[in-house]
Amino acid sequence: MEHKRLDKRSIEFRKKILRMVDSSRRGHIGSALSAVEIVRVLYEDVLRVDPRNAAWPDRDRFILSKGHGCLALYAALAEKGFIGDKELPGFCRFDSILGGHPQYGKVPGVEASTGSLGHGLSVGVGIALNGKIDKKDYRTFVLMGDGECNEGSVWEAAMCASKHNLSRLIVMIDYNKMQCYGPTCEVQDLEPFADKWRSFGFNVKEADGHDMAELRGILKNTPFDDKKPQAVICHTIKGKGIRSLEAHAPSHHKSRISDEEMKSLFNELEIPG
Amino acid sequence: MRKTCLNEIYKLAKQDKRVVFFGSDIASGTLSQFREEMPDRFFMEGVSEANIVGVMSGLAMNGKIPYLNTIAVFLTRRCYEQIFLDAAMHDLKIRLVGSGGGLVYAPLGPTHLAFEDISLMRAIPNMTIVAPCDSEEMKRLMPQTLDREGPMYIRLGKGGDPIVSSPDKDFRIGKATLMREGADALIITTGVTLKMVLDAAAGLKNKGIEAAVLHMHTIKPIDSEAVMKAARKVKAIVTVEENSIAGGLGSAVSEIAAEAAFSPAKRFARLALPDAFPAKYGSQEQLMDFYGLTTEKIISSVGNLLKR
Repeated sequence: MEHKRLDKRSIEFRKKILRMVDSSRRGHIGSALSAVEIVRVLYEDVLRVDPRNAAWPDRDRFILSKGHGCLALYAALAEKGFIGDKELPGFCRFDSILGGHPQYGKVPGVEASTGSLGHGLSVGVGIALNGKIDKKDYRTFVLMGDGECNEGSVWEAAMCASKHNLSRLIVMIDYNKMQCYGPTCEVQDLEPFADKWRSFGFNVKEADGHDMAELRGILKNTPFDDKKPQAVICHTIKGKGIRSLEAHAPSHHKSRISDEEMKSLFNELEIPG
Repeated sequence: MRKTCLNEIYKLAKQDKRVVFFGSDIASGTLSQFREEMPDRFFMEGVSEANIVGVMSGLAMNGKIPYLNTIAVFLTRRCYEQIFLDAAMHDLKIRLVGSGGGLVYAPLGPTHLAFEDISLMRAIPNMTIVAPCDSEEMKRLMPQTLDREGPMYIRLGKGGDPIVSSPDKDFRIGKATLMREGADALIITTGVTLKMVLDAAAGLKNKGIEAAVLHMHTIKPIDSEAVMKAARKVKAIVTVEENSIAGGLGSAVSEIAAEAAFSPAKRFARLALPDAFPAKYGSQEQLMDFYGLTTEKIISSVGNLLKR
């Protein structure tokens, strides 16, 4: 798939992420960078949320089930005004509200604490089921990682979602094809991935996960099925935007990043993709 | 006890729209009236306990109070992380009703024996653990489950257990019930073993030993004040539980007693299941007997401690 070049805002967004990484010298950088455009589109164009009333009962819900990608979520929550920019440099520090995985109750706008994989979709099913029982029209978006889909609980939740015709539940998969150890096709191949979701009763669309316009076109028009839950498989690149990290398994998580490496990460962002 | 518990859930659901029922793949016809009358709040979701606890958590985040009934081992072991993170970490009001606590499913073997469910649940922050002694106590417990914050594990016995609780004793979650006073020894138990403990106390009386009996229906949070108060006068403390010796009621009470630093020190014994996979089949009674959970063993344990 030919991926689009990143726009200026996507570069700025990534700088925000790097500044958080800079302050703690650690983080799941590659996993956050692949999800930037998905998270941006959600918060800029799709989610019906109000930072001044984070608990608004009719709000759309977003669960970052791949909680390790939280650097992207924190940047989006800051841009949207749920948290102040001043919180960002605290990433992973002792007294910070921003940990290495997002926590409900600590970070305004975070719907559920995540970090252990394979939990978010079940919780999302419960939230969507609640909407169905109470005849609410809010939507529930769940963003999962591809490696996360190795978990059996994901497929229990998928069966449950389609059994209850949760058409206001939208699953997105950040399919960067690289998990912690190496390529997903080697560690635990997910293919035929779209067919799997179809066979579990989902209406499936695929998109370039770095193409804002394409993502916007799909996600703004959710639900695109009035009976089935929906899955949007977003084809992405791990570490997108920083050439040395792209499609590189070790970019999944980094710690003890040196001054030199940090400088080089910032410099690489300036190189047009 | 299970039937009473489920019937109470039905009654709670009739009066409170927040109540939702979940089962995994339990006996056909369970709560059929609930299903007929409140189909939008009745869910039978198949053999997928981990998913069910996650789904219940999503509902509880939005104000529902979901009750789940399934076999205790699958409810505790299989979905431990979902209980731990999705429910307990968010401090959500979900109710986990475990059928066959302890050795109830003796003929089915260790895969079905919840011999460490209490220990597992004790390690979870925010959790409340309750093991009623009979169906009458269950009736007093269930209305209180609507208001208590956080997740709760309710351990069910086999059913048809003799009634030993009394409406005269105030039942409150978190407050132990002193069933009998006594100045020589204190026996503390939880759940259906209360019956054999009361029988043992009667037997001890015939030998001239006055044993107090404390029913710790709520194992977490444990009523340490009640333990301290009842323990003050006695020479010996014995705990009795149909749970592993590792991490259950006996562990909780011994922690309290050790930190209390009684002077003179109390003599102490724990009667529990061994920290081992149950080795036999047969019936619950046979296994209880095999592991020394009997009235006679309680009597001799108390007698031996007092003789020392």
